[in-house]
Amino acid sequence: MEQFLMQLFIFLGAAVIAVPLAKKAKLGSVLGYLIAGIVIGPFGLALIGDIEAVMHFTEFGVVMMLFLVGLELKPSLLWQMRTPILGMGGSQVLLSFAVIAVACAFVLPWQQSVAIGLTLALSSTAIVLQTLREKGLMNTSPGQSIFSVLLFQDLAVIPMLAIIPLLATAGVHAEAHHGPSLFDITALPGWMRLIVVLLAIGLIYVVGTYASRPIFRAIAATRVREIFVATALALVIGISLLMTLVGLSPALGTFLAGVVLADSEYRHELESDIEPFKGLLLGIFFISIGASLNFTLIREQLGLIGGLVVGLILIKGLVLYFVARVFRMPGNARWMFTFALAQGGEFAFVLFQFARTNGVLPQGLTQTLISVVAISMFLAPLLFILYEKLIASRLKEATPERPADEIEESGRSVILAGFGRLGTDLGRLLISAGIKPIILDHDETNVDVLRRFGFEVYYGDATRLDLLEAAGAEEADLIISTLGDHEKSLELVKLVQKHYPNLKIAVNAEDRKAAFEFMDLGVNTIRRETFGSALTLGQDALELLGFDPYEAYKIRRLFRKKDKETMPELYQIYCEDLDTYRSMYQKHNANLVELMKKDREIDMEELDKAWTAANPET
Amino acid sequence: MKKILVLFAHPAFKRSKMNAALRAAIEDLEGVTFHDLYASYPDFLIDVPREQDLCESHDIIVFQHPFYWYSTPAILKEWMDLVLEHEWAYGSTGNALAGKISFQALTAGGDITNYRAGGMNMFTIRELTTPYRATANLCKIEWLPPFAVLGIHQGLSEEECIQRAEEYRRTLIALRDERLDLDRAKECEFLNQDLDAILKQV
Ligand SMILES: Cc1cc2nc3c(=O)[nH]c(=O)nc-3n(C[C@H](O)[C@H](O)[C@H](O)COP(=O)(O)O)c2cc1C
Repeated sequence: MEQFLMQLFIFLGAAVIAVPLAKKAKLGSVLGYLIAGIVIGPFGLALIGDIEAVMHFTEFGVVMMLFLVGLELKPSLLWQMRTPILGMGGSQVLLSFAVIAVACAFVLPWQQSVAIGLTLALSSTAIVLQTLREKGLMNTSPGQSIFSVLLFQDLAVIPMLAIIPLLATAGVHAEAHHGPSLFDITALPGWMRLIVVLLAIGLIYVVGTYASRPIFRAIAATRVREIFVATALALVIGISLLMTLVGLSPALGTFLAGVVLADSEYRHELESDIEPFKGLLLGIFFISIGASLNFTLIREQLGLIGGLVVGLILIKGLVLYFVARVFRMPGNARWMFTFALAQGGEFAFVLFQFARTNGVLPQGLTQTLISVVAISMFLAPLLFILYEKLIASRLKEATPERPADEIEESGRSVILAGFGRLGTDLGRLLISAGIKPIILDHDETNVDVLRRFGFEVYYGDATRLDLLEAAGAEEADLIISTLGDHEKSLELVKLVQKHYPNLKIAVNAEDRKAAFEFMDLGVNTIRRETFGSALTLGQDALELLGFDPYEAYKIRRLFRKKDKETMPELYQIYCEDLDTYRSMYQKHNANLVELMKKDREIDMEELDKAWTAANPET
Repeated sequence: MKKILVLFAHPAFKRSKMNAALRAAIEDLEGVTFHDLYASYPDFLIDVPREQDLCESHDIIVFQHPFYWYSTPAILKEWMDLVLEHEWAYGSTGNALAGKISFQALTAGGDITNYRAGGMNMFTIRELTTPYRATANLCKIEWLPPFAVLGIHQGLSEEECIQRAEEYRRTLIALRDERLDLDRAKECEFLNQDLDAILKQV
């Protein structure tokens, strides 16, 4: 136990020191983790033990990451991406494989060349996606292309796992077939296997679409947060197990589950629950990659490994550039695509080990290749920085219209916190104006009903920072709080002001005093809940009493204006002394009547008089 | 019997004397639809299709309003801006108003001596209302000179008010029953300058 805690402490401690430093140096968190790994690894301070086990365990971070990516991709969106996924992804994998395999075939037997070609065609989903997200490039068009390719690669792992054992030349190691222990799918005939796989995918779909909602609702109703977290984790882990059982990639399975749940109202809640686990696991995963760099080996084979790294990056880069050209990406995007994906991926560690145990690759060669991949992964964030420094900044000047486009695209997003009676009508108004708010509400039955009416409503407590984050507070323009609970609403405002200083705030206040408390926080856009309908009802009343409709309308407007004008004064008094405030408030109401009366007299008559004055004859 | 639509605009009707008198004289006439724009659209959100339907279902359109700044109260401008759509009111296929008769019924503070060259308002009412006349022309509307009540600032006596209101009523009835000589009317400065002269004898 102590041993475990000690290891955990070292990992976390290294991350805590290295990541902020790396960020400060504008290197990105991935590089920070990798460096931390080298430092605490066997060739640095030698603080950690079984790296391979750690790496194996934390690979799960990749699975979680794909789940999160899936959550952000609605099925319709995924369908739209079918061409880039199959086209770009397919050609990248096939071409990279072909070129690498042919190159290897000059010195190695063809079986080994094929295995190496397949494995090295893959790039690092973990590093690339993390980098793109960190730099906010996920939703740009090259970002989407890159993602498509990575997705295809994850798919491609499955047939690769099937092909590699067929390439065996040496005797199979005893430890091969260490496959799933519960039930061995490879024992089944081919058609049965296919059925089992289809059933598993069907199960994910059915559970995601039909069963997940009642389950999540029941769990949300308990209001025990950690049970929701537990459910989310159980979901991801369960799917991974299922996928491993039927011989599919767990990352792919959870990705699918994510896509299925992307339409769910619990999406943001799931996102914010899984996110920290993913972050931690991936972080430790990156650290273990750094730690696994075998410097003795690298020193011994410095020339060979160095040459292979350069060769790998060059070949993959050329293939990527070629693919980007064929698919007509514009200049800037083409380079980003090329630089982002030119490295080996974490799947290589798995596949090379797999190839070794299946007697395809010899031990020594595997070690060398793993070092090559690890170094190329280490270089990946650096390459991306190089791209940004050299190419992006230069091209930006040449094509200034591109980035401006994207800003407009992401603009005008609104988070609506609280979707009670007030929020509902507000939401309807915004939607009618073509603005689709992201709605957060804490009442699960409410959420359910509204969902059925086609609102984009998500379950969760809006005063939770992680939920705000998941709802996109970072990119949003405006947050509107219509939370019924005044204290909660104040809390939300403080939270937003602290963490998203650029987010505009508009609030609903239940009464004048509540409004003052928002004014205390410096909120400018405050509407008193019942004020608007009181005035409108007042206007109706005047009309029913025989007032001219236009006059009734103007009285309402004037009243509102006057009331607004007295607000600062009342606020002043409220700030100074609450008791005087109360008496003054009553007096002010009397004043208001006085003011209103005057105002109505002035209104048009004054204009008329002015005209008369201009007529000397009268 | 022709159908008459009176589009009425007065932002402070509660304090109106002249327009109130005019309104009272014609509001209940058979064949007359009285449509108070400020009351219908206090927030200026004019229902364009409804207004167009109203126009289409009437033969004569009267714009009744006090003269404000040598023009109309604001809502009438908004009405024209929105309702007189291209290819409805004007343009090659815009014939919805073609052949209809229209005129202004206006009340003004200044009197006839103010409204002439050298007078305090420099121009005649006829000159000052040319934008309205040009609008009628563009929309292929048969234009008539305004029905005018001038000199309100001098203070109209009670009898005078009643007399003007009665003239207004007679004018609308004559138009409704097609007893007004349109050609002769067009030559007048104001419709009500000599009403008997332009009434067709029966
Ligand atoms: C804002 C305003 C502008 C006016 N502009 C004019 C004008 O340009 N010429 C004029 O003769 N009278 C002008 N008047 C006087 C009105 O025309 C006059 O008060 C009105 O016709 C009286 O009718 P009522 O009793 O129905 O209100 C103006 C009055 C107001 C209030």
